[in-house]
Amino acid sequence: MPTSLASGAAAPGGEASADTDLDAPPRLPRGPRGAGAAPWLFLSPYLVLFVGFVIAPAIYGFWISLHDYDYTLPGKPFVGAENYQKLLSPDSVTFAPFWQSMKATGIFTLSSVPLLLVVPLAVALLMNSRFRGRNLFRSLYFAPYVLGVAVVAVLWRFLLDANIGLVNQVLGSVGLPDDIAWLTSTPAAWVALVSVTVWWTLGFNSVIYLAGLQDIPAELYEAAKVDGANAWQRFWAVTIPGMRPVLSFVTMVTIIASANMFGQSYLMTRGGPGTETRTAIYFIADTGLRSFQMGDAAAMSYVLTLVLMLLSVGVFMLFREKESA
Amino acid sequence: MTATTRDRTRHTTRHTTRQTTRTTGRYVLLVLMGLLFVSPLLFMLVTSFKTSTEASAVPPTWVPHPFTTQAYTSILGADGTPVLRWFVNSMIAGIANSALVVATAALAAYPLARMEFRGKRFVFGAIVATLFVPPVILIIPNYLIVGQLKWLDTLVAVIVPTAAGAFGVFFLRQFFLQLPLELEEAARLDGASTFQIFTRVVLPLSKPALVTLALLAFLTNWNDFLWPVYVLFSPEAQTLPAGLSTLQSANNVRYDLLMAGAVIASLPVVLLYAVAQRFIIEGVSRSGLKG
Repeated sequence: MPTSLASGAAAPGGEASADTDLDAPPRLPRGPRGAGAAPWLFLSPYLVLFVGFVIAPAIYGFWISLHDYDYTLPGKPFVGAENYQKLLSPDSVTFAPFWQSMKATGIFTLSSVPLLLVVPLAVALLMNSRFRGRNLFRSLYFAPYVLGVAVVAVLWRFLLDANIGLVNQVLGSVGLPDDIAWLTSTPAAWVALVSVTVWWTLGFNSVIYLAGLQDIPAELYEAAKVDGANAWQRFWAVTIPGMRPVLSFVTMVTIIASANMFGQSYLMTRGGPGTETRTAIYFIADTGLRSFQMGDAAAMSYVLTLVLMLLSVGVFMLFREKESA
Repeated sequence: MTATTRDRTRHTTRHTTRQTTRTTGRYVLLVLMGLLFVSPLLFMLVTSFKTSTEASAVPPTWVPHPFTTQAYTSILGADGTPVLRWFVNSMIAGIANSALVVATAALAAYPLARMEFRGKRFVFGAIVATLFVPPVILIIPNYLIVGQLKWLDTLVAVIVPTAAGAFGVFFLRQFFLQLPLELEEAARLDGASTFQIFTRVVLPLSKPALVTLALLAFLTNWNDFLWPVYVLFSPEAQTLPAGLSTLQSANNVRYDLLMAGAVIASLPVVLLYAVAQRFIIEGVSRSGLKG
């Protein structure tokens, strides 16, 4: 359809061309649905980026994972599944550090996700009514999220400094131990990393929850009230079912974000003590982009992705099952 | 809950005391939580105006004495940690990336919302599917691709690849779908071309969504950490988050300098947040609704 191509590519600001005027009347109902090349012209700039930096690398990464791909060496021999086998055989050099980093990611995800699902919900419920200063509080709680992980982590490494940090001094002033090595001992380091993450992203989840809460029709609450349901019963009978799509979205997003934790560990603990808080993505990035063992790193990233995908499917099924029940 | 508000103003109810207690309780909780969020940020600001000795003083002080801007002057042009340069780099990268995201996403979202064509479902499905693909899988191959393009250690590396994210397209498509079709049809009848309809009808109507996306893209790019840390290695090429990491390695316990760096890295986004928080918060909250 050459005419729609012409109109699709018409110079911005140009007058409607004569031929468009001519064929407009007979094709009146074509409306904005006229197809031809126009949609592809609109899509092409984004698709170049999308194919170039999402689709192609996803495939290229798999190809790399099948090679002994050392960035610094000229030869990159094909090794088949060897990079994957190494991750499964306990006597290879990558086995222990990789699974140690997966364990770190697991510990962090398991301890941060429940908090990041429940605490923001409580905050959202607290905010879900009209009162003076509501928007001010909402902005304050959301503020750390705007700052980004680097600022947050550099700030909290200072506040959590074992000797001069504000946190230990505040603890000391109320009679609690004031010498906790927050960044250099476990489990304190995990408490620190999880708490800082909650502090940083609580507002993000709260805001999404709050929007979900405001979408629940007030009549449902009224009806439940008429039926004699108390606040607790209303929460379980109205709020939770009404929030199901939002809850599943937040769960999914939070799991993926937690499983990709990097900056907090990189800047606050440097993966320490030892390598205990070095997360999977941290180890993968270091293996591939500092030691340039890209074949190994690519294989690891596929294993991590597979685990995350399975987890996402699990979460999806969990919420679906409940929906049909 | 509106009943609570009404009761509170009507002081004749029996429950007045109980209501007042509840309201007070809520405010106490809200204020305490507010302090938890604000005081660390305030302490960061205060520390950046201290001398290095006072920054590490026990017990900590909340008012710098003497008040000094020494930390700022010493990091802004320092060798190896050119904070001013990082600031400029971050600005360029943030603005360029944001413009690229908005332009490409708006163009791509329009046909996905308004046109029928073969392959549409496939393209949209592929874009949405990648929303849930963990970014870790792209790090290694994208590093090599960016290397092939000779973009390593240049700002292009943090401007272009990250604009391929699916969020913008998804977000704007949702918005375009909600626009009334009539205006576009009227423009079509007046003889406007598809592209003219897009630029003169759709885009002006979408200003709030475009502003929101531009802000979110800028914030994301400004704060991005992992990718810049690995693709920008020389000090002059870094953006602020990567630079903060360099600054921290160079001045491990010079907390006055580190906090000054953190304040500089926060300043533009805090200002942006102060001015446009409505857009930012709404953008984030809307992202959950159609999930």
